[in-house]
Amino acid sequence: MGVAVSVQQVVKCFGGLRALDGVSLNITEGEFFGLLGPNGAGKTTLISCLAGLVRATSGSLSVMGHDVAADYRASRRLLGVVPQELVFDPFFTVRETLQIQSGYFGIRDNGAWIDEILENLDLTAKANTNMRRLSGGMKRRVLVAQALVHKPPVIVLDEPTAGVDVELRQGLWSFIRRLNQEGHTIILTTHYLEEAETLCDRIAMLKQGKVVALDTTRNLLSRYAGHALILRLDNGTPLPGDLCARAVYTDGEWVVRLGGLDEIEPILAQLRLAGCRVLDLRLVQADLEDVFVSLMQGNVATPSGGLAS
Amino acid sequence: MIGFRTLLYKELLRFWKVGFQTVAAPVLTSLLYLLIFSHVLEGHATVNGIHYTAFLIPGLVMMSVLQNAFSNSSSSLIQAKVMGSVVFVLLPPFSYVEFYLAYMLAAMLRGLMVGVGVLAVTGWFAPLSAAAPLWIVVFAVIGGAIMGSLGMIAGIWADKFDQLAGFQNFLIVPLTMLSGVFYSIHSLPGFWQKLSHFNPLFYMIDGFRFGFFGVSDVAPLTSLIVASACFLTVATATLYMLRSGYKLRY
Repeated sequence: MGVAVSVQQVVKCFGGLRALDGVSLNITEGEFFGLLGPNGAGKTTLISCLAGLVRATSGSLSVMGHDVAADYRASRRLLGVVPQELVFDPFFTVRETLQIQSGYFGIRDNGAWIDEILENLDLTAKANTNMRRLSGGMKRRVLVAQALVHKPPVIVLDEPTAGVDVELRQGLWSFIRRLNQEGHTIILTTHYLEEAETLCDRIAMLKQGKVVALDTTRNLLSRYAGHALILRLDNGTPLPGDLCARAVYTDGEWVVRLGGLDEIEPILAQLRLAGCRVLDLRLVQADLEDVFVSLMQGNVATPSGGLAS
Repeated sequence: MIGFRTLLYKELLRFWKVGFQTVAAPVLTSLLYLLIFSHVLEGHATVNGIHYTAFLIPGLVMMSVLQNAFSNSSSSLIQAKVMGSVVFVLLPPFSYVEFYLAYMLAAMLRGLMVGVGVLAVTGWFAPLSAAAPLWIVVFAVIGGAIMGSLGMIAGIWADKFDQLAGFQNFLIVPLTMLSGVFYSIHSLPGFWQKLSHFNPLFYMIDGFRFGFFGVSDVAPLTSLIVASACFLTVATATLYMLRSGYKLRY
């Protein structure tokens, strides 16, 4: 598999602000890649650099081997971007919008594919409705459709499910998954971390314009989070000394981080020996949110109660 | 080429969809100017031996061409920028020359369409001739191209609607109103006559009017040279702005 997107040492300054501070990453063809980070981390700036909406101060970016500055016509043809802002052209109907967008990318007679996109995004009934008359969720679907009219091999979705109802979100993801299975590379930014955890093969986390983590979703979860044992003891009972030292007490519960599952039995034995009366015991596995929070705080993750295993 | 043609088509469709506002309204405005000025001045004034109403009509036609060409490209760009829909024309693989030509030609065509409309409704009020029809077409086309380009500059430069309105109200409208649409500059006092020669729109209107009557305040070739130089200047400036990404690609 070749490289779909290459980002090398990209710096973008807006006045004194370094929105991107030496970002480097490669995204392989066919990957479902997540770009995560808090507001202002530089996700949209990075996407905008890739799309040519923003010009990098230094560094280079390419789409399917085509430099976004030197060979911008080829790189833009290979890229489909769903912008974060809910923007639309109020003069046209949904179908006109998609026909015009097809033409922009040099495609005539795109009716069959437009019909398929409309069908998959549940927009067929609104095809001849003016953009102004659509609800926010519908406008969001049209934005997705616009990014797909030219069947780009690389699709960038900048928070595509913000403000979108559950039903559409599921429909949208099954459509995007299908495109991914057909070979399209997907780059996703989202604030819904469970979406990223479910969908993305690999994730980059950005913080203040820098990549603070770049790995497969599975590795991120196991490296930064792992399991934890959550204990509720009978009123006032203290944890045995060495166990107490490695545990965190919050909301009436002790959270004991585990290096591995084989630590469970010795801990239980220690509790028995100390005569602790256990009222409740849960084993939890950290989710991406824990990883995200811990990375953004710059420390090691402590599982706070995600998926029970 | 399909990309460029689609962008041009979209720009034409944009104003055509609101044709009542973008074509019919300026035609009506020009008709009102004609009715009022010709009522007041017809019979009292002739210009270069031409009846005032006949003199006024080509001026109004050209003023409409110029103002509407400017309005089209400037309003299209500022609306797209303010609403954010400008991304739809920034993401596709247009070259900056294609981008320029599509917006400029659409603006010029709207200007010409309104000009034809004004001529159609005002031409009944006075006998008009076409002494040099080629000059009529040449000046209308160059005038539309200049103002379409200038509209792009204003639309790209302005961040807000009121900045664009300032550009239009304090630069474009005074330049068109004081360009000899309503009078011959020979009727002005010396200072104002000299000052009018620094107004590039004066040459466009004067050259355009020459096409109808075969008489003008300055030689039509001089007007053509001035208009061509203006076009080259604004076209180069617009292309430079687009190539550098000024206020479009940050």
